Amino acid sequence: MNPFKIGSRPDEKGHFGLYGGRYVAETLMPALLELEEAYYRIGPDPTFQNELNELLHHYAGRPTPLFHAKRLSLRLDGASIFLKREDLAHTGAHKINNTLGQALLAQWMGKKKLIAETGAGQHGVATATVAALFGMECRIFMGTEDIRRQAANVLRMKLLGAEVIPVASGTGTLKDAMNEAMRFWVGAIRDTFYVIGSVAGPHPYPVMVRDFQTVIGKEAREQIRKQTGRLPDLLIACVGGGSNAMGLFHAFIDDPVSMVGVEAAGKGIKTGKHAATLGAGSVGVLHGSKSYVLQDENGQILEAHSISAGLDYPGVGPEHSLLKDRKRVRYVAVDDARALEAFQTLCTLEGIIPALESSHAVAWAMVEARRRPKNEQILVNLSGRGDKDLGIVTSHLR
Amino acid sequence: MNRIDKAFEDLKSRGEKALVGFVTAGDPNISASVEIVTAMVESGLDILELGVPFSDPTADGPVIQRSSARALKNGVNLKTVLDMTRTLRKIARIPIILFSYYNPILAYDSGTFYADALAAGADGVLVVDLPPEESIEMTARWPGDALSLIRLIAPTTPPERMSRVASSASGFLYLVSRTGVTGTGGLDTDDIRKQTESLRAVTRLPICGGFGISTADDVAAISSFADGVVIGSAFEDLIEKNSDNPRLPAIIAEKVKTFKEPTKQRP
Repeated sequence: MNPFKIGSRPDEKGHFGLYGGRYVAETLMPALLELEEAYYRIGPDPTFQNELNELLHHYAGRPTPLFHAKRLSLRLDGASIFLKREDLAHTGAHKINNTLGQALLAQWMGKKKLIAETGAGQHGVATATVAALFGMECRIFMGTEDIRRQAANVLRMKLLGAEVIPVASGTGTLKDAMNEAMRFWVGAIRDTFYVIGSVAGPHPYPVMVRDFQTVIGKEAREQIRKQTGRLPDLLIACVGGGSNAMGLFHAFIDDPVSMVGVEAAGKGIKTGKHAATLGAGSVGVLHGSKSYVLQDENGQILEAHSISAGLDYPGVGPEHSLLKDRKRVRYVAVDDARALEAFQTLCTLEGIIPALESSHAVAWAMVEARRRPKNEQILVNLSGRGDKDLGIVTSHLR
Repeated sequence: MNRIDKAFEDLKSRGEKALVGFVTAGDPNISASVEIVTAMVESGLDILELGVPFSDPTADGPVIQRSSARALKNGVNLKTVLDMTRTLRKIARIPIILFSYYNPILAYDSGTFYADALAAGADGVLVVDLPPEESIEMTARWPGDALSLIRLIAPTTPPERMSRVASSASGFLYLVSRTGVTGTGGLDTDDIRKQTESLRAVTRLPICGGFGISTADDVAAISSFADGVVIGSAFEDLIEKNSDNPRLPAIIAEKVKTFKEPTKQRP
């Protein structure tokens, strides 16, 4: 049997090699089969593509800039760092690329209601935003712990007309919000479209979200060639579920470009309080797909920890698991303290307030830039802006 | 003939339908759990579904989520559940079905699970998040077919898919009686009757209805056309409310009798 070619579509059952698939209760299977059929039929339709591109351009503000962070690069005295400014997309993160795509698909499928899970609140805000845009009813499931630490985004979602449903089970974070969204979807499957925010979950979500996020890498590839005349040497993106990383990496998968995915090391891998699923996890099944997960020896899912709510997840998109095994992408981890340090550095040197999620990628870019020669180029996905994190950052810097 | 097939045959000859009871293993604690199940068996339970607790029970409503969390707190894992099955097998002759999410079985090793489950005295397994499309990776590691594979049919399952799901099942089919997670209430008996009729056309396996069944009237309604009823949350709700009550096994036993009675009606 030929090995699965990386970068291609998953097989007919939604597998990327050993990973992915549809590990869900029978109640969800018909809905996932319907969604797969609809996505594979409608997704490539030129009218759909045109509508989506118009929205990405006129509504979301694409293309987002690629910015050469000269002062940061100069300070590090090594390779040049370029930032893909997803923080400048409407709603302040890359999440809007995907929610516009899925909401438009929901419209084409005749579904009237949207639901979504959210961790940091960025995906929730992006879903509430498109729901308002399309005049759809919207419910966002969010863990109570995340509601506490991301209060500004909760307010945003409510202003946008969404109902925010607190999820107190488990640790009250992203994993639990996703559990509850799946439960709700089972009972509302006939008229409700579930907008998953990452390249995780059952097939077809990992491939669909990847496709909708691929615009990041396509733009960045063109922009860096235009600005510097060549491809970058290294790509860096943070990985929670992994959608911004997949969105950047995918367009470069066949290029001679190195890639690093940065997970959250939280308080340190050795403390057990981290979210380094690929770095310290093992293969399991969570939220409908097979991938690396953080679990104990009995197959119970463990709590993740990160200062960044968007990375605080014990699972990861299945395609990342394949890219890890194939060694196409190297996965590393950055702890809370170094992410905070990078956050401050970018604020003061470049006048950009990054999301704590993206700060993990910036922190690793600083490590790489120092050890690489000046003629090399590092392209970092600055996946979101940090306004939502000011409360957390303030309490940590006090 | 295995215990499940035999149980349905015996029930049929007596003109009864099956009362299938679900409890999470190790809730409120392991020894109480054994006492509860013993009392259920003595009160006329026909088939036991023993729930393996899981950290992320996405198909379950709040009652079973909480029971699962309590069991996990008690240190219950798949190995504990198999030990409990072994204990129960010594006192009960009814079929025992293990009800689990896939990840605990994957972590245990599917092949080892098959051997250990049979050795402990289990008769079947229902893996709630393992549809036919994905279950080959588990059954390929099974050296035989002595362990029945119970499957779910949902209200959303279209007719053409029903036969596919049914043909990969054994023991009986678990017809989900409403679109939603486990729990009580929201039952539409007309819908489930129609669904049962379409399912009969594609399978000879017994059909049991479950999800949302909480009263003796529900049991009577479902029993009038299905081969059995599955009740879980209604028992778990009692366990939760009486976790410190020394009479808990007797209370559950009463409930079993209440639910068993309407399965004895003749059409």
